[in-house]
Amino acid sequence: MKPKVAFFDFTGCEGCQLQVISLGDDLLGLLQVVEVVNFREAMSDRGQDYDIAIIDGAISQPADIERIQAIRKQAKTLVAIGACACLGGVNSQKNFRSPEDVRRYVYGDRADLIPTIPARPVSQVVPVDWEVRGCPITRSEFVKVISALLRGLRPIIPNYPVCKECRAHENVCMYDKGMVCLGPVTRAGCDPMCPSFGNFCFGCRGLIDNPNLEAEKEILKERGLSLEEIIRFFRFTWGSLDIAGDMYQYDFID
Amino acid sequence: MHEFELESHYVTRVEGHGHIKVKVAQDRIEEVRFEIPEAARFFEAIFQGRPYPEISLLASRICGICAVAHSSASLRATEAALGITPSPQTVLFRKLNLAGEMIQSHILHIYFLVAPDLFGVGSVIPLAQSHPEVVRRAIRMRKVGDDLCIMIGGRHIHPISAIPGGYYKLPAIKTLQGIRQSLEESFTDLDATVELIQGATLPDFSFPSEYLSLSHPEEYGIYDGEILSSKSGPTPEAGYRNKITEKVVSHSTAKHVNTEFGPYMVGALARFNNNYEMLSRRAKEAAGKLGLTPPCHNPFMNTVAQLVETWHFTEWAIELIDELCLRGITQEELHYQTSSGQGMGLSQEAFPGAAGKDKPPYQITPGQGVGLVEAPRGSLFHDYTYNAQGLITDANCIIPTNQNLAHIEAAMRDFLPQIWDEEQPRITGALEMLVRAYDPCISCSTHLVEVEFIK
Ligand code: SF4
Ligand code: SF4
Repeated sequence: MKPKVAFFDFTGCEGCQLQVISLGDDLLGLLQVVEVVNFREAMSDRGQDYDIAIIDGAISQPADIERIQAIRKQAKTLVAIGACACLGGVNSQKNFRSPEDVRRYVYGDRADLIPTIPARPVSQVVPVDWEVRGCPITRSEFVKVISALLRGLRPIIPNYPVCKECRAHENVCMYDKGMVCLGPVTRAGCDPMCPSFGNFCFGCRGLIDNPNLEAEKEILKERGLSLEEIIRFFRFTWGSLDIAGDMYQYDFID
Repeated sequence: MHEFELESHYVTRVEGHGHIKVKVAQDRIEEVRFEIPEAARFFEAIFQGRPYPEISLLASRICGICAVAHSSASLRATEAALGITPSPQTVLFRKLNLAGEMIQSHILHIYFLVAPDLFGVGSVIPLAQSHPEVVRRAIRMRKVGDDLCIMIGGRHIHPISAIPGGYYKLPAIKTLQGIRQSLEESFTDLDATVELIQGATLPDFSFPSEYLSLSHPEEYGIYDGEILSSKSGPTPEAGYRNKITEKVVSHSTAKHVNTEFGPYMVGALARFNNNYEMLSRRAKEAAGKLGLTPPCHNPFMNTVAQLVETWHFTEWAIELIDELCLRGITQEELHYQTSSGQGMGLSQEAFPGAAGKDKPPYQITPGQGVGLVEAPRGSLFHDYTYNAQGLITDANCIIPTNQNLAHIEAAMRDFLPQIWDEEQPRITGALEMLVRAYDPCISCSTHLVEVEFIK
């Protein structure tokens, strides 16, 4: 019996599911070894009997909590894919204003119709077995993680900073270009995508274990960023991470 | 006498975003709704207080399926607001990138959503078994568009190298020529797709409407130009608020949008109707074979218009590549971007390590700007106001699917009497098919098959 796989999306741009659809020949390969029973973006069948649940998107509506708990109950293995599901992602930027304010700005006097809670990663609500990081996930890492999972192995995911990969690629350092970058504290594994295409890293794969955030703050300060600007930069995708220190001037709204 | 209600069951299911609700009593349509209970993301509020170099990176994350369109509309709005003029080379690359996204998105809709209907299956997955050549063709065709986007933006979903004013990194001529080759090769697949769609029978339905799209004097405009209404003529993009108004409706997190004439349609069919003359020769030939002539008032034909456009964008991409190769590609000097707009006080002098060829950051003057591009599903507006620190103070985004929502409901209302003598499952099926024809955003369209009659 092929394991049954179901995809579920929460709050996100659906780009991570599209990466899966874009696997091309690897998608055909995947379909040989698993049975996809639920994949809203690509199919109308909606099976509720599955072994592996693949989740993209952040938890950001009251109803999401119950829904993810039900999925966790059913699934033997739960995989979170993408920055939204693994970190809260860009959605968490709204967490630092009152939900009232945010709703009113976008939906005016109909704000009450739109329920919302601070965005958070799946792991803050239910246990997550595996993660595929990135905004969006990279196709190769998705394949790597899923095939390891199917074989009962643990894939090796880098836990060193993006800088290390940049050096291997002989990229000009963003700091040497007069820009700023979160590469020193961000987990590598993206084949330093952004710096290789000339842009700064904003941390979409999340922090390395034991990141030296104080040092990162110091570098950014040296380059002229105010504390407020540093916090804003850190919150590009890390808004839901409970990072210690004086970075957070505001409490989590809940 | 016709009397029934139908509604989808999303509440009892664990997922579902968007469903149909219809109520008919004594031959009177009491209610027709297309609902979108999609999680709201609050991007306009998120933009507030963030600096200009981050905005297009954030904007593309509104929708992974049309990331390039959001990135492009965002860059154009920022440039309009801050008075930045991109070079002709940059504009050529942006057009090429949008063409690539159109190709991949249209193919995705035609093959992943429409083709299963034609073969009578629930998804593309069983097709991989029964019609492997069709699925392989779909994958091949999508890949061309996808590769084109990866070549320019660094990746398709969430372009990296595109910034206000230009590109951090550009592909080599050789890479462009490689893609050109794949584009040429996809003509055979395009022919096969025309044959496939020719075999489809679409409902005969006419719903004359107002069509809105970009329009450009020299090309089939998708990157810049004026807003063209089939009813009232042109409006400059910056004056879009004089033409369309948004309102929040209770059954949807998406806002409904109307013009002074009420609901209108955007997307492939609207562009086809408004800009037919600008289509490439082979695209017009394909339209002829597929029986599509302007003006076409049958929303079911939107998928057909997408295929005609895929022909056009494939040929156009080749033209754009040829022009770029002829001009030669130069890595232009850029104003460097910081993560903090102007506020961080960085300058070459203050920071001598800065790479010499990059110019200092822009001098920001506060201002407002509108960026309009054609996304695969229709006109996409971004409207930003920046303060003197280069931070956004106000933002408004109007996405294509929102613009079509009111039109979808109006069309369903009009279509219903034409089919209500049928068996209920057939009514449901026909309504779903109508909604799906708009390609409302792939995420909203697939699960509509879940519609159920409650009486
Ligand atoms: S992680 Fe990024 S690409 Fe994936 S769903 Fe979230 S915003 Fe989209
Ligand atoms: S460079 Fe940083 S932001 Fe870019 S893909 Fe890698 S981890 Fe994500």
